[in-house]
Amino acid sequence: MRETEFAIVGAGPAGLSAAIEAARAGVQVTLIDENEKPGGQLFKQIHKFFGSKEHYAGVRGIDIGYQLLDEVEKCGAEVMLNSVVWGIFENLDLGIIQNGKRNLHLQPKKVLLATGAVENALAFPGWTLAGVMGAGAIQTLVNVHRVLPGKRILMVGSGNVGLIVSYQLLQAGAEVVALVEAAPRIGGYAVHASKVARRGVPILVSTTVKEALGKETVEQAVLVSLDENWKPIPGSERTLDVDVICLACGLSPLAELAWMAGVDFTYIPQFGGWMPLHNENMETTRSGLYIAGDLAGIEEASTAIEEGRLAGVAAAESLGYLSPAAAEEQKTVIRKRLNQLREGPFGEARKEIKEQLAFGGGKWRY
Amino acid sequence: METYRILQHPILGEIQQGKPVEIEVDGKTISAFEGEPIAAALLAAGIRVFRYTTKRHEARGVFCAIGRCTDCMMIVDGIPNVRTCITPVKAGMKIQTQVGLGKPQEMQP
Repeated sequence: MRETEFAIVGAGPAGLSAAIEAARAGVQVTLIDENEKPGGQLFKQIHKFFGSKEHYAGVRGIDIGYQLLDEVEKCGAEVMLNSVVWGIFENLDLGIIQNGKRNLHLQPKKVLLATGAVENALAFPGWTLAGVMGAGAIQTLVNVHRVLPGKRILMVGSGNVGLIVSYQLLQAGAEVVALVEAAPRIGGYAVHASKVARRGVPILVSTTVKEALGKETVEQAVLVSLDENWKPIPGSERTLDVDVICLACGLSPLAELAWMAGVDFTYIPQFGGWMPLHNENMETTRSGLYIAGDLAGIEEASTAIEEGRLAGVAAAESLGYLSPAAAEEQKTVIRKRLNQLREGPFGEARKEIKEQLAFGGGKWRY
Repeated sequence: METYRILQHPILGEIQQGKPVEIEVDGKTISAFEGEPIAAALLAAGIRVFRYTTKRHEARGVFCAIGRCTDCMMIVDGIPNVRTCITPVKAGMKIQTQVGLGKPQEMQP
């Protein structure tokens, strides 16, 4: 069995940031990812980020990715790619399959799960036809692999993902025939929505996809209007010729390893459903096991970076590499930045929930 | 043949993928870039059905494109249930549409 001080599962924005902070403090870090390249979903985010300079405002996700990779390389963390963590056991030891062949048993002192999220699907008749895809899938294909999955797209969902991916499809030369939103108003930021609307994409609120039609692949989509109780209005159906239906219906924390680790969970709709309870150091109800990023509640890449940093500093402290005073100084700065990212009507609610979780009268609150 | 490649991009510039190679899909030769996911090469060539389900023989294609959902599994060089969205192209690969669980089978000549 191999040993390491701090194992991090997932080399996305949260995992990379945690690795950088911990390794800089002197911790022996092993960063594990199942993909052949680190960076998680950052490299498909070709839009500019919001926030202040400390939050990489005005920088594209892809460039933040390169910056983090560069820092990881310099900080001396070990990066283990093509490595699937298939189990977490009694002493936080990990079962890892490398390159689909070799099994490695790794014994860390501390573990951070930064496994990210999985896209939600939406079931309607015809949703299994080839051509019905997740928005993240389309973002990967278009922005990373430079291939269009089709030419005439129906986007389902007007959150920021639906809006941004619509715009990125337009940039790549596809036609976005319509964007439908079941709620009576647009879910994402107005700045993203207006960019899409200015390009002539109809944004249809109180509307959803009733059915996808086609023999083996998507050929048409049937739309239907919804009344104030979200019930389909008979006779309001209309049919669009499309070859792709893109589902941007939110994300859920990717929590299998956390479930396996036996930590306590809580269900919070604003954060995408079931997620592990965690305190102000991103530590779960199991001592030495941390979480960060979308697994700790669906937010943005910028918040994932800050939560990763927080977990990295906390792990370094608990391993004795940072004094409580030095760690507290760093954590205060990071928490301040996290609070700045959680401003506005949506952010404020998330901030309150996180605080309730972390500071629930000195013990875990359900 | 109609291409689905994004050759020019306003943010990302000109396409810069790997070395151009050829792969075989159900006996037909298509062009691909070395190292790109098999699924990307197939979609670029306009191929959208990757497999048929076991019980109802329904068509399936790419759904998540990051190796999570297993909808895009095909038979690659005789090995079934390969997630084509995260398996890189190598020159001369032989890909087959998978039916059901895709028993390992001999390659077509």
